Amino acid sequence: MNSELAYITGSVVIAEHQVLKNGELLWEQDRNADLNAFLRAAYDQFSGHYPKFHKMDALSKLGWLAAEVLLKDIDNSAFQPEETGLLLSNRSSSLDTDVKYFETVKEFASPALFVYTLPNIVMGEISIRHGFKGENTFFVSERFDAELMSAYATQLLATTPLKRCLCGWVEVMDQQYETAMFLVSNEPTAQPLTAGNLNAIYQIK
Amino acid sequence: MTDLKAQIIEQLNLQEVTPESIGDDQPLFSKEGLGLDSIDALELIVLLKQHYNISITNPEEGPKIFQSVRTMAEYITANQTVKA
Repeated sequence: MNSELAYITGSVVIAEHQVLKNGELLWEQDRNADLNAFLRAAYDQFSGHYPKFHKMDALSKLGWLAAEVLLKDIDNSAFQPEETGLLLSNRSSSLDTDVKYFETVKEFASPALFVYTLPNIVMGEISIRHGFKGENTFFVSERFDAELMSAYATQLLATTPLKRCLCGWVEVMDQQYETAMFLVSNEPTAQPLTAGNLNAIYQIK
Repeated sequence: MTDLKAQIIEQLNLQEVTPESIGDDQPLFSKEGLGLDSIDALELIVLLKQHYNISITNPEEGPKIFQSVRTMAEYITANQTVKA
């Protein structure tokens, strides 16, 4: 189902306490650092001035940071809010936060944690930050399914009002995490949106 | 009120806010104030229960109680039974 009607216009990989954009290492931290400490340091490095970040769960922080790096220096004003969509996936859904929320239920259930007990909330946080109102979908699968991701994104760009789409893999469970996020559109680049090209970027780390 | 401000910061995870930066009469829920949202309001209710054993039984009282740190402190003083 892959075609060359869609193209990869940018990518960000965050794993093993390293941040890579378009294949180049932008920044790295001590790999022994706790995940939350790493996410906070990455926030300070790449963003800041967004207090809502601190209230997010780890999954939303990770996806939000990847989008922050991916969209830096890109002029969003060239697109209507409905023309940017999101298509993300992971293995553990929101289980990392579900477990933490369950711990609070034993005494006082935390409203702030409860709102993150769905994996698609990360797409909401990204949409709020960047003003996106396009279609969004979140898949849960055992591993990164590049075939599905490339085919689905190509289909979205061909049959809906979307002109670009953030897609990829955002996984967090305990201290284990990884994200590979791609910006894809119909604008021709040297990298057609194919499963092979997505996997090649995903496997950089 | 400084203790209450510290408790609010911890409960709401306001990492870029200090107790000194919150005015006693600063609105909690307006953009000119702390800019808290509806989830924060629920967390403030949890705070009152956890730290002061106070339950808000009439939801219509909420806006008045959570207007500012001072109104919260006044409500706690008037209703506190057992301090945790």
